[in-house]
Amino acid sequence: MRKFERTEGLVAPLDRANVDTDLIIPKQFLKSIKRTGFGVNLFDELRYLDEGQPGQDCSKRPLNPDFVLNQPRYQGASVLLARRNFGCGSSREHAPWALEDFGFRAVIAPSFADIFYNNAFKNGLLLITLPEETVDRLFREVEASEGYRLDVDLESQRVITPSGEILEFEVDAFRKHCLLEGLDDIGLTLQDEDAIRAFEQRHRAERPWLFRDTAQA
Amino acid sequence: MAGQTLYDKLWSQHLVKERDDGTALIYIDRQLLHEVTSPQAFEGLRLAGRKPWRLDANLATPDHNVPTTLKERAEGNAGIKDPVSLIQVQTLDDNCVEFGIEEFKINDPRQGIVHVVGPEQGATLPGMTVVCGDSHTATHGAFAALAHGIGTSEVEHVLATQCLLAQKMKNMQVRVEGKLGAGVTAKDVVLAIIGRIGTAGGTGYAIEFAGSVIRELSMEGRMTMCNMAIEAGARVGLIAVDDTTIDYLAERPFAPRGEQWQAAVADWRNLVSDPDAVFDKVVTLDAAEIEPQVSWGTSPEMVTGISGEVPDPAETDDDTVRRGYARALEYMGLAPKQKISDIRLDKVFIGSCTNSRIEDLREAAKVARGKKVADSIKLAMVVPGSGLVKRQAEAEGLDQIFIEAGFEWREPGCSMCLAMNADKLGAGEHCASTSNRNFEGRQGYGGRTHLVSPAMAAAAAIAGHFVDVRSFGAQPVAEEA
Ligand code: SF4
Repeated sequence: MRKFERTEGLVAPLDRANVDTDLIIPKQFLKSIKRTGFGVNLFDELRYLDEGQPGQDCSKRPLNPDFVLNQPRYQGASVLLARRNFGCGSSREHAPWALEDFGFRAVIAPSFADIFYNNAFKNGLLLITLPEETVDRLFREVEASEGYRLDVDLESQRVITPSGEILEFEVDAFRKHCLLEGLDDIGLTLQDEDAIRAFEQRHRAERPWLFRDTAQA
Repeated sequence: MAGQTLYDKLWSQHLVKERDDGTALIYIDRQLLHEVTSPQAFEGLRLAGRKPWRLDANLATPDHNVPTTLKERAEGNAGIKDPVSLIQVQTLDDNCVEFGIEEFKINDPRQGIVHVVGPEQGATLPGMTVVCGDSHTATHGAFAALAHGIGTSEVEHVLATQCLLAQKMKNMQVRVEGKLGAGVTAKDVVLAIIGRIGTAGGTGYAIEFAGSVIRELSMEGRMTMCNMAIEAGARVGLIAVDDTTIDYLAERPFAPRGEQWQAAVADWRNLVSDPDAVFDKVVTLDAAEIEPQVSWGTSPEMVTGISGEVPDPAETDDDTVRRGYARALEYMGLAPKQKISDIRLDKVFIGSCTNSRIEDLREAAKVARGKKVADSIKLAMVVPGSGLVKRQAEAEGLDQIFIEAGFEWREPGCSMCLAMNADKLGAGEHCASTSNRNFEGRQGYGGRTHLVSPAMAAAAAIAGHFVDVRSFGAQPVAEEA
């Protein structure tokens, strides 16, 4: 996993609640068997005026000029500002893959859906939960001033606005550690291999029917 | 000390290790795999030179991309016309062979939607932890299994370590008390719950469904409820074990046998919340107030009863909600205050992991029997959840009822629930669908989904618009033993 480095980035506002994972990356792009290349189809139905197909050359497709990520002032954005319940719906990890591949490093919203939250952190994408009023205010500031950037510092758990205001955020210690170090979860878990084996043995002894070879013995 | 909730019990029975920072390692008893969310996980194992920890904990079947027409299915994988879909299904087959995982392939009679197949095989058992790279894994909670969807990195993690890194959720109980009116089903109950608590109402919680209504539901109905827990934001839906659970599981292929069965049943009887267990949140619904539900918008919480109307965005004070409503009405092509029963339909889809089990098909067949699909309906399709459901329905003559009424009778798979195969809505088309998500574009680019129960979908197919199934004159279908 890629390490999360402190990001001082342009902010794009996506002013819409309950953005679901179907909207983040529509299903036809889930047919890929790779982890990369989803960025061009991020928010496909909002971003383009036609219906996208996997493998298509997106540079020739008609863009929706009203969609925020198509506006010149938000080109190169790396921080996405969003509304409540961002990432609801399916478990597709293609959603964080697409956001990451597009160039986003962090998403700020009042709340996130659970599965999406997990998936994002496993892919180096930092999700920051801030109170609804704060997010409201950030939306107004972003829209009011072109070139609005936020400094996102995971180490100190702070977002710093252009005026120097400091917004602190919570993130659990384990996720933070993995993100900062770019750690591979599986490797970490396998350090506990002995504990897992011991648990498994006990579990099988107590409930043998949960294991196929002993369930019907 | 207060008693434990069902969720607390399941959690502590699977806790391998707790870390100081509040994350825990929990042991996974069953992983279900399908073609969409597993390829990158297998690729990850391969790249790291890792092997699955425990082969017999895994079971795979392709479902999202499989065609549902007989002609295509007769050709096996070769019948998948979309080359990208074909690669995905083929990749699942290859990975299962390479790593030694049991798979029900495309034309195995046991193939179907993972969430229909697992319980049907007895591969989902009470007291298990069940995961799948699919948010509707919550379905399996109907068996008092701790079941939830995970992402692809987690699929790989479970394959490699048989464990998942997790954080304990909070406990919510949703009680539905009283008696459901005739024609009101589990689907209506769960839609009403989502309408009440919202699509984020259950975020961070495991929801246990309880109350007299839940106790009277069949396993099919319970699965429908738990299936949609995720639509209320909860990764986990749960229902306590009782005789209904145990009777359903007896003799299933993966279920324990003989003495093991006896021991298992004794243990399963404890899989209920203690009477003095404390929930962080309790929501109660009165069954008598629930009528057949129809979703009008682009989020499952945008739902109302059949006698209701589309809301007027101008009448809400919350800014975000108002804009959400307005946007939904525009997408759905509906006017404020339009009556639900005036919504005209183009297509009808009966299927998906929410409502494609035998009982769902029986409910729909009762309504369709001896009637005809309206001429204005371009396509009405019934897609059984698995090959075994299909067989059972055919043994009961349900296929004939549907075919005579003008429905298409298809082969099992996810089909138009998310339209990854050839079954799709066209732009602007309204569909009465028994699936679980009405998101923009979910059933096809520009498609307009209305979530309903199987009986309501069948009635809508016949009327050409939504109608109250309670006054529609359903005919009893002889039920085979
Ligand atoms: S039927 Fe629909 S919701 Fe269920 S697993 Fe398939 S695509 Fe997902």
